[in-house]
Amino acid sequence: MIELKREELLISELADLLVNDKHIAVGAASPIPGAAALLVKEEAKLQNNRLRVTILHSNKYNNFTDGARELFDCAAQGRIDTFFLGGVQIDGEANINLVGTGSYAKIQKRFPGSFGSALMYFVVPQIILFREEHSPRTLVDKVDFISAPGFSDENIYRPGGPKFLLTNRALFKFNKQKKRFCLLKIHNNESLENIIKLTGFKFDVDDKITNMSIPNKTRIDILRNKIAYMVSEFYPEFADKIWGV
Amino acid sequence: MKQFDELSLLEIVDEVKDGDLIGIPADYSGVPMEFTKELIKKGVKDLKLYCLPLTTIQGDMLIGSGCVSEVEAAAVTLGEFGLAPRFSEAVESGKIIIKDSTCPALHAQLQATEKSVPFMPLRGVIGSDIQKYRKDWQVIENPMKFTGNKNEPILLLPAVQLDILIFHAPCVDKNGNIQIGRRRELSTLAHASKKVFVTTERILDIDLFDDELSAATCLPALYIDGISVVKNGAWPCALPGVYCADNDEIKKYSIAAKTQKGFEHYMKNYLSN
Repeated sequence: MIELKREELLISELADLLVNDKHIAVGAASPIPGAAALLVKEEAKLQNNRLRVTILHSNKYNNFTDGARELFDCAAQGRIDTFFLGGVQIDGEANINLVGTGSYAKIQKRFPGSFGSALMYFVVPQIILFREEHSPRTLVDKVDFISAPGFSDENIYRPGGPKFLLTNRALFKFNKQKKRFCLLKIHNNESLENIIKLTGFKFDVDDKITNMSIPNKTRIDILRNKIAYMVSEFYPEFADKIWGV
Repeated sequence: MKQFDELSLLEIVDEVKDGDLIGIPADYSGVPMEFTKELIKKGVKDLKLYCLPLTTIQGDMLIGSGCVSEVEAAAVTLGEFGLAPRFSEAVESGKIIIKDSTCPALHAQLQATEKSVPFMPLRGVIGSDIQKYRKDWQVIENPMKFTGNKNEPILLLPAVQLDILIFHAPCVDKNGNIQIGRRRELSTLAHASKKVFVTTERILDIDLFDDELSAATCLPALYIDGISVVKNGAWPCALPGVYCADNDEIKKYSIAAKTQKGFEHYMKNYLSN
């Protein structure tokens, strides 16, 4: 059996969520989502399907020519199917916080800021929340600051929103009606008890809960022999750390 | 007559006044680092940084050097090298005011100025704490009968005009037209700024408007107040299409700047080179 890195498993898990997309966009600080999007594009090519990927921090894998605002205009026009957002904190109602911990007026630990989340979360149909660290400090009952809300009132224009949350231990699906996450998959080395212990919010558990899927050899080969080099163009540190390229 | 003013780097630095609202390009649009170095040496104070939409090492250095009183941005970060340490410390200790925003809002506020209208609407954002803390933003009900949705709340953002903008470009033609390629956000910044200065790798003895392909990559000279040739002017940041970021140097900075002492030591070397 091939030895897999945890990051590779997550890339593959994300890739499975992207197979029906026509255009995937990837924003700042997102090497794993970037690798997943390029992987699905390569696999689509082999099936003779067309899939577009826009990596914001890449010159090569980027479809935009109208400056940095084009991502947001394009998303608002409904031309992006999937985008990824992270969070210093993510809570049980899928509110995300990219700003910091503590009260806003007297912030304890300041993080970079909200980026484009406050629009993208509203307009992209499939938002995948991705945060590697799965702990009570990242997955909280209530975020300290709402960079972008998980749901909105009916009169707010909101064709988009959260669909999934992936961490290095588990995959959740978001139920918009219940405003609640449901656990779908757990990492092979994890137990449900441990996930409950490490998650700061309450969630449902799917009847058919499974382990994360192990990618087949073809996928791993594409990832290591092709995608790794593509990723090194825009996330050199990451590509070096994971694949030594 | 020469079609543009060629200045020294120090003449451009002298155009920046204490308290100015200064346009800051993102790490992918040509960061004027050599200019920033001279600005820090000059000891400018109370700058208000308007980042489109984020800043990396440039903003962090200016903040750590005590040149900044306010930052409007969607993010301040060292990207792959982690948090911007001097920024985080300055916000946590209340040394600077941060006007938290989101990328499309930063674009839209400048687009309002481009069109010389007092505000610009934007969807999304409503219900976030970003909106809650921005007293200069307003929400109204969509007043249009036939576009958008009835009773739809919509966010209005004020037009923002910058006092000054400085960025670094790959090249300039003999008439002072600036090659910006696909980094069109530099046009938005320039259109919305009272004064615009450009540092560049080189001045070419051609007219970029002679060819349709190159004409489309230009910011026209009419928006520019002065140009200075500064070799390697974005280092250690990247200059798209010309050179990559010096990641070793940025990493070195990210480690040194974790403490104010480490930052000062790093800057002493940086400013004297």
